[in-house]
Amino acid sequence: MTVLTDDILPTSGRAVRDEMIAFAVMAGLLLIVPLTGVYPFFVMQALCFALLACAFNLLIGYGGLLSFGHAMFLGTAGYVTAHALKVWGVSPELGILLGTAGAAALGVITGLVAIRRQGIYFAMITLALSQLLYFIYLQTPFTHGEDGIQGIPQGYLFGIFNLARPTTLYYVILAGFLFGFLLIYRTINSPFGEVLKAIRENEPRAISLGYKTDQYKLLAYILSATLAGFAGSLKVFVAQNASLTDVHWSMSGEIVLMTLVGGLGTIFGPVVGAFVIIAMQQYLAGFGQWVTVIQGVIFVTCVLTFRRGVIGEIAHYFRRSL
Amino acid sequence: MSDYILETQGLTKDFLGFTAVKGVNLQVARGTIHALIGPNGAGKTTVFNLLTKFLRPTKGSITFKGEDVTWVKPADVARRGMIRSFQISAVFPNLSVRENVRVALQRPLGNSFHFWRSQSVLDKLNERAEELVCAVGLQDFIKHDAGELAYGRKRALEIATTLALDPEMLLLDEPMAGLGTEDIGRIAALIKSVAKNRTVLMVEHNLSVVADLSDRITVLARGEILAEGVYAEVSANPAVIEAYVGTGHA
Ligand SMILES: Nc1ncnc2c1ncn2[C@@H]1O[C@H](COP(=O)(O)OP(=O)(O)OP(=O)(O)O)[C@@H](O)[C@H]1O
Ligand SMILES: [Mg+2]
Repeated sequence: MTVLTDDILPTSGRAVRDEMIAFAVMAGLLLIVPLTGVYPFFVMQALCFALLACAFNLLIGYGGLLSFGHAMFLGTAGYVTAHALKVWGVSPELGILLGTAGAAALGVITGLVAIRRQGIYFAMITLALSQLLYFIYLQTPFTHGEDGIQGIPQGYLFGIFNLARPTTLYYVILAGFLFGFLLIYRTINSPFGEVLKAIRENEPRAISLGYKTDQYKLLAYILSATLAGFAGSLKVFVAQNASLTDVHWSMSGEIVLMTLVGGLGTIFGPVVGAFVIIAMQQYLAGFGQWVTVIQGVIFVTCVLTFRRGVIGEIAHYFRRSL
Repeated sequence: MSDYILETQGLTKDFLGFTAVKGVNLQVARGTIHALIGPNGAGKTTVFNLLTKFLRPTKGSITFKGEDVTWVKPADVARRGMIRSFQISAVFPNLSVRENVRVALQRPLGNSFHFWRSQSVLDKLNERAEELVCAVGLQDFIKHDAGELAYGRKRALEIATTLALDPEMLLLDEPMAGLGTEDIGRIAALIKSVAKNRTVLMVEHNLSVVADLSDRITVLARGEILAEGVYAEVSANPAVIEAYVGTGHA
């Protein structure tokens, strides 16, 4: 037995080391952004989407569940936070908490409906639920329909940090992103994450070992919804509005796109994917409608040539875990 | 309590008018190796699926350890101590051999919903996992992904994973399928050793393995029990020879 235990898990030990280095590089780069002259608004927006894509990736990459309605969590949390800040005048931290809790509650309700469905049926049900919600938000007065909730006050986080200052806001958003990212990382590498991976790999076998797989999938779904909502709440402070675009099905599609481009089931892939897609939208804005076409071409190229996504291919080539 | 750990009464399964399993009364005595044999399509896997609740019976009932389990959920049957393997070997391909076994060991700990805790809380299971992996002869592959293993070793891993839950009863669906001769010898010895303090119900086409291992044999043909007894009785039964020859089986 000693022969086996004295070099504990070299492969996964190396994986952890690789991931730590990659995390340090990512955090380091993000920390110095305000010093580099890169437009902070762009990075903040990308960070919110990166967290959203990571939350989505937790569900599909580790739980094997493709949700095509994740925009509903982004949008719902956004509306709740925006409304709470503007109409009720709550503090930023409470606004974030309420928005995230709203998304979590929505996750519980929609999860109970959807989780027993498999594969494409699961995707269709999540899409249908998000469309239903889209039409509710289009009609209810508090969302201001097509206009959205505009001019949201940013306020002082914990009464100290002035979120109207771009640099302060940047570091708050970055802290939120890193918190969410690390929570997802921990979830993937927790006892729960082990069972989740087993279910993804072979659900009947997991059942035959006595796991009630629906419950595990439901928890993964709720966690994913909650973190997507957290991203939506943070985004309110960046965009200073909450609108129907965030609940639209095309937003759900974009989340899928970001995750696929970066690398499904990789830890850093969704972050890279989100930056690539947001950068494209930013820098190709001059092409107007063509952005969608260019995105489509990239998507097709991605699926045909590097199916593992940017990070997935790199990790595969160097036989590393990223 | 009866000597039978598992009993079925009139177990029947229809698939849209096609009866795959018809009025099966099966009795498996505690502590024995019981073989379920029969030609292809006889309904053996369907019986397994019914026993482990992966399918709901059309008619009939199932008693396990004296309790009616006809309508319990598959995960609950597993929790009561009946663990199955699958005809197509069922491992978790992208988890390592050690992790495969550990996933099973983890379940009784009750921390499987703890998403906020580090995986290192599972490290205390490593020793037991390694014992099981060694017991099935996979010590050289402990850190490899299960998906890379050869067929025979996947089978062995599946048995190690099943044993991790220390089940009272094992259901093995064709444990020798796709194995070479030396693997067959190894797995047969393994089954024999694990059956010392357990009950095994096994579907198997390799009749020399069946002859060697099983205490009792039930022959299934077209969903019905054709014969039952020890190997010598069953193999001399003309109806059984007919059923096998009729479908071109050895
Ligand atoms: N889920 C299902 N839906 C419809 N028909 C099924 C299903 N499962 C099995 N059958 C049918 O029931 C019959 C018995 O199949 P089963 O798999 O139980 O046979 P088997 O004895 O295990 O055969 P083999 O030796 O080939 O594994 C077959 O005709 C099969 O087509
Ligand atoms: Mg079969």
